[in-house]
Amino acid sequence: MPSLKQTPLNAAHRAMGAKMVDFGGWDMPVNYGSQIEEHHQVRNDCGMFDVSHMRVVDVKGDGVRAFLRHLLANNVDKLTLPGKALYSSMLLENGGVIDDLIVYFMREDWFRIVVNAGTADKDLVWMKKQAAIHAPQLVITDHPELAMIAVQGPHARARVWEALPGSKELSEHLIPFSAVEMGSMFIARTGYTGEDGFEIMLPAKAAPFFWATLAEHGVKPIGLGARDTLRLEAGMNLYGHDMDERVGPLESGLAWTVDLKSPRDFIGKAALLAHPPARKLVGLLLLDRGVLRDHQHVHTAHGDGEITSGSFSPTLEKSIALARVPNGVQIGDSVQVAVRDKMLAARVVKYPFARNGKGLV
Amino acid sequence: MSNPDNLKYTASHEWVKTETDGTITVGITDHAQELLGDMVFVEAPTAGRKLKAKEECAVVESVKAAADVYAPVSGTVTAANSELDGTPETINSDPYGAWIFKMKPDNAADVAALLDAAGYQAAVDSEAH
Repeated sequence: MPSLKQTPLNAAHRAMGAKMVDFGGWDMPVNYGSQIEEHHQVRNDCGMFDVSHMRVVDVKGDGVRAFLRHLLANNVDKLTLPGKALYSSMLLENGGVIDDLIVYFMREDWFRIVVNAGTADKDLVWMKKQAAIHAPQLVITDHPELAMIAVQGPHARARVWEALPGSKELSEHLIPFSAVEMGSMFIARTGYTGEDGFEIMLPAKAAPFFWATLAEHGVKPIGLGARDTLRLEAGMNLYGHDMDERVGPLESGLAWTVDLKSPRDFIGKAALLAHPPARKLVGLLLLDRGVLRDHQHVHTAHGDGEITSGSFSPTLEKSIALARVPNGVQIGDSVQVAVRDKMLAARVVKYPFARNGKGLV
Repeated sequence: MSNPDNLKYTASHEWVKTETDGTITVGITDHAQELLGDMVFVEAPTAGRKLKAKEECAVVESVKAAADVYAPVSGTVTAANSELDGTPETINSDPYGAWIFKMKPDNAADVAALLDAAGYQAAVDSEAH
């Protein structure tokens, strides 16, 4: 077995009693005891996540905006203020999703992109290939030497301000989905939990000290297990589960991230226009006892669908899922989910399921 | 937590306690609950169901995953622990107290042939490598 990749916080996780697992080739903490307690910790107070496996990619040079206008399904022309962020898909010509990402406008000749860990290498190949064709003057540099720590929860920002002198003045006026540089650190008011907070990028060598400082200020470590239930409750897509290269953003609940209104062309646009979506992503709430899981079949009055992300919601204390179903399915419909040898009753619901500490379903 | 010496075990991570009336009580081991994490759902077999050894007969689900529980020996289910419906997390907090079902073995010798605590620990250790 090839050895697993480690983040700069690997030793810190072990010292804090983490249970480590192979997460896409990375040795990562799945929990530090109880996933459910960690989940509530973030909804009710705050917690910190090591997301250093995610990759920062800087795209620099003249014409970077025009290049990204073509590369990404969302429109970077929405970004006019330095530090502002945009969530987007990056598509293949056939409309399949290569990855979902966050792009930050830094300067007119510098945009910063954060991509998923498991897709980072193929993303870079794709970006460089497209740049070679359309904008060979651009310099595309990934930064595996940057660590990333997400601090999330209603008290997250206050704890960061206590732990990091000077950060409050710089970041207290950040509106959601924007970022600011602080020396070699990059503080973004973004996240993947449905709670307020920051995602902070910093040099790998500084990460263990910052992590320990946050811990001294009462910020509890949270594993990737709770990260997944938090993002599912918040109705946020997970690449490789809710969408991938075989399915387009319009069938993955990501229509809001695709700009089809502006006249600009982008990779995948023609395919999206040529193939209107026949399916859509909906939320499911399980009415019977049990737990919904990825890939279970969903039977509806309009045809079959499939669960793309299913789990137990600690906030609702019920099982919830995202599922791809035929377009005719409506909010409030009753559906059946095949779980082992049984058919369980579920209801189609609006998602997010929970955000800002509260259940919404 | 060590595996109690007065219990028998299977390589599929069930523990088995022989009661004075000859029935057996079945649960999952501390190692199994540790692997699965926070329990949220238990589906136990109904009383009267006849089971063959190693047959899938119950399901325990954590937030993370579903896992089958297997009949340690052939026999007939005599009771299911309905208390776990409302408190599945007791499997995490008290794995050797939170029984899942009871059964009457067809053959008491089958129970005697199961792993002892040391044998189970050896099976767990070999799984880790």
